[in-house]
Amino acid sequence: MHELSLSSAVVATVEKHAKGRKVSVVTLTLGTMRQVVPDSLAFYFDVVSRDTVCEGARLEQNIVEARLRCRDCDTHWRPELPQFRCAACGGADIEVLAGTEFEVDSIEVETEEEQACTAPR
Amino acid sequence: MHRTKVKVAEGALDANETIAEANRSDFDRDSVRVVNLMSSPGAGKTTLLERLLEKGLGDTRVGVLEGDVQGSMDADRLSALHVPVTQINTDPGFGGECHLDANMVRSAIPSLGLDAIDLLVIENVGNLVCPAEFKVGENARVMVSSVTEGEDKPLKYPLMFRTCELVVVNKIDLLPHLDYDLERFLTNVDEVNPGVETLRVSARTGEGVEALAEWLIGAARRAPAPA
Repeated sequence: MHELSLSSAVVATVEKHAKGRKVSVVTLTLGTMRQVVPDSLAFYFDVVSRDTVCEGARLEQNIVEARLRCRDCDTHWRPELPQFRCAACGGADIEVLAGTEFEVDSIEVETEEEQACTAPR
Repeated sequence: MHRTKVKVAEGALDANETIAEANRSDFDRDSVRVVNLMSSPGAGKTTLLERLLEKGLGDTRVGVLEGDVQGSMDADRLSALHVPVTQINTDPGFGGECHLDANMVRSAIPSLGLDAIDLLVIENVGNLVCPAEFKVGENARVMVSSVTEGEDKPLKYPLMFRTCELVVVNKIDLLPHLDYDLERFLTNVDEVNPGVETLRVSARTGEGVEALAEWLIGAARRAPAPA
């Protein structure tokens, strides 16, 4: 169910930028810390994009692995389990360098070629 | 037909967050602090609120916003306690949204009577995943985890455990009857959200409820952190 509401948010964001043009590709960046299942997101994207400019669009997901840094001892690591305490010094002041992304990067829209040149002849 | 790439570079939840900030401004204007109360279904959020509100929070005036997929059972239970309770149903969505979002809370703001309260407790829809994604304009997030849910939940649902300021362990009166390892649970919580505050309570016996009341009174008095 999580992915259903998130895919609705993706479609709403795309609609704002598509300005009524039909969308053929949507490219997302998705951090692993968002706990989103990519296949599930793709499934719900197809469902909620029906009757919108996104209908039939391909969803491309760039997955970003989580990366953390301890502000106390500057250790960097990639957590395999959700472990946010520094394994080196036990510090709790952790900076999340990557992994929380959930962003629409770009879309590809279909346009009439004639529209490319509107200058009077 | 021609294909054009359009740069978007926008968080998919930015629209929700913009509305959440507008809610925050409205709450700030009336000096109301807001706690987003989250848990799985059946962890005891409503019973805990009943225990808390029976005795009240000193001179802190409390209002409750109840979020449920359907019905007003929770609001009906709380209305006996002489605090203003407002119900939102998430039902008109796709079979009922599994969380509150900023816009649903926004629609309820006119009926909350913000000028007559100091603290608004928003009881979110029971769910360990979705509510964590959607800010609603809160100052603090509190989650309730009951001992019948197992000690592994922080590792399975890190998103929610990571984004809260207080984890309330409920139903501790049941500990003698369960294999639940409270220390392991607290270690797991600390792995996911190092240093987060925790409280042990039983809504049934009332144990620890006073400490939770103190925490909420403190939250109501705290100056708001920048959004």
